[in-house]
Amino acid sequence: MYRKPPAGTHPPNDSPGYKSTALRHPKQPLVIIPQTLTELTGPAYPYGRIETSDSDLTRQHDGEPLGERIIVQGRVLDDEGRPIPKTLVEIWQANAAGRYAHRVDQHEAPLDPNFSGAGRTLTDADGRYRFTTIRPGAYPWRNHDNAWRPAHIHFSLFGTSFLSRLITQMYFPGDPLMPFDPIFNSIPDEEARERLIAGFDLTVTKPEWALGFTFDIVLRGPNGTPMET
Amino acid sequence: MRGLTPFQTLGPFFDFGLVIPDGEVVAQAGAAGRHVTIEGVVRDSAGSPLPDALIELWQADASGRYRTPAGPQNTSTDREFDGFGRVATDAGGQFLFKTVMPARVPGPDATLQAPHIAVGVLARGILTRLVTRIYFEDEPANREDTILSLVPAERRGTLLARRVDSDRYRFDIVLQGAGETVFFDV
Repeated sequence: MYRKPPAGTHPPNDSPGYKSTALRHPKQPLVIIPQTLTELTGPAYPYGRIETSDSDLTRQHDGEPLGERIIVQGRVLDDEGRPIPKTLVEIWQANAAGRYAHRVDQHEAPLDPNFSGAGRTLTDADGRYRFTTIRPGAYPWRNHDNAWRPAHIHFSLFGTSFLSRLITQMYFPGDPLMPFDPIFNSIPDEEARERLIAGFDLTVTKPEWALGFTFDIVLRGPNGTPMET
Repeated sequence: MRGLTPFQTLGPFFDFGLVIPDGEVVAQAGAAGRHVTIEGVVRDSAGSPLPDALIELWQADASGRYRTPAGPQNTSTDREFDGFGRVATDAGGQFLFKTVMPARVPGPDATLQAPHIAVGVLARGILTRLVTRIYFEDEPANREDTILSLVPAERRGTLLARRVDSDRYRFDIVLQGAGETVFFDV
């Protein structure tokens, strides 16, 4: 069985500060159900081959992308601190100017022909992952007057089962936009919120090359005695 | 105990990162079992389709086994069966998956569950993943399914895929309001 997430860890879908939730959150109460084989299994490696260039977003085109090169690395663990090996980590992000390589993004900032902004990798035996990328820019959105998203990198993780699936965003330490961001602040628990802020890490920083950030990710995991089937 | 990493929304601009080739193929052509497509539309409370949702499926194969690396049960041996699907809705809010009918799998208290598929719904405006299940309206086993029995009778219909013809089912997802889909806390 998996422990339930403590109250306040995940944002409520009814979060009025984030306008897009208004018509998209269920109003009926969630129906509580037991965890069955369906939820306690899951795809660790759902698709495709992973190439080395998939984890280096600065090497996916002929030229180098513009912006500040960074290394983002960390461990994927479960809530009892056990590393989760060989699990897929996917990221996607805006370029250094704050523009996504997406047809619908209309922000008046340049696209970078040398930056797509998507990467993926598998964790190693100790649950470690590592990406080389470009520090994303902040960008405006229309949630409220003069609204700007703090710089962030989107993360997608699978973990050990359907229950451990996580979609989240990593933020950068010291970003002045975080206090104003309704998406970041939709997380009720302050300590939980701060877990989304990567730490600047001089030991990860590569001299003459790139700043390093550490972002550990903790997913729901099995605990107690194994389920009898 | 370590604090969990919180959920955040997918945002509107995820296609280039998360849309995968053949993501709609949950079971390939050679997989054992009855091949079906499951299609539907995701709508908000105004009835507007969501052009920016991501739907993920997870299911057992035609012999009731999951293709899982280290699960509490034997893994699927059907090499043509993946069990996982991921599709972004199109401009009209539509999604379509190609799969096989899942067999029954063990449920709580030594019961067998009716055939079903676990569903994750992600989108701009959804901060924490919504979880639901697809059941099939023409399955007699629905009557004895423990999970379905926990759902208020008048809302159970939102979990039933409608049979459109011999190999097509329709399952619409309503995030809020009239006909709101049942979502689970699990």
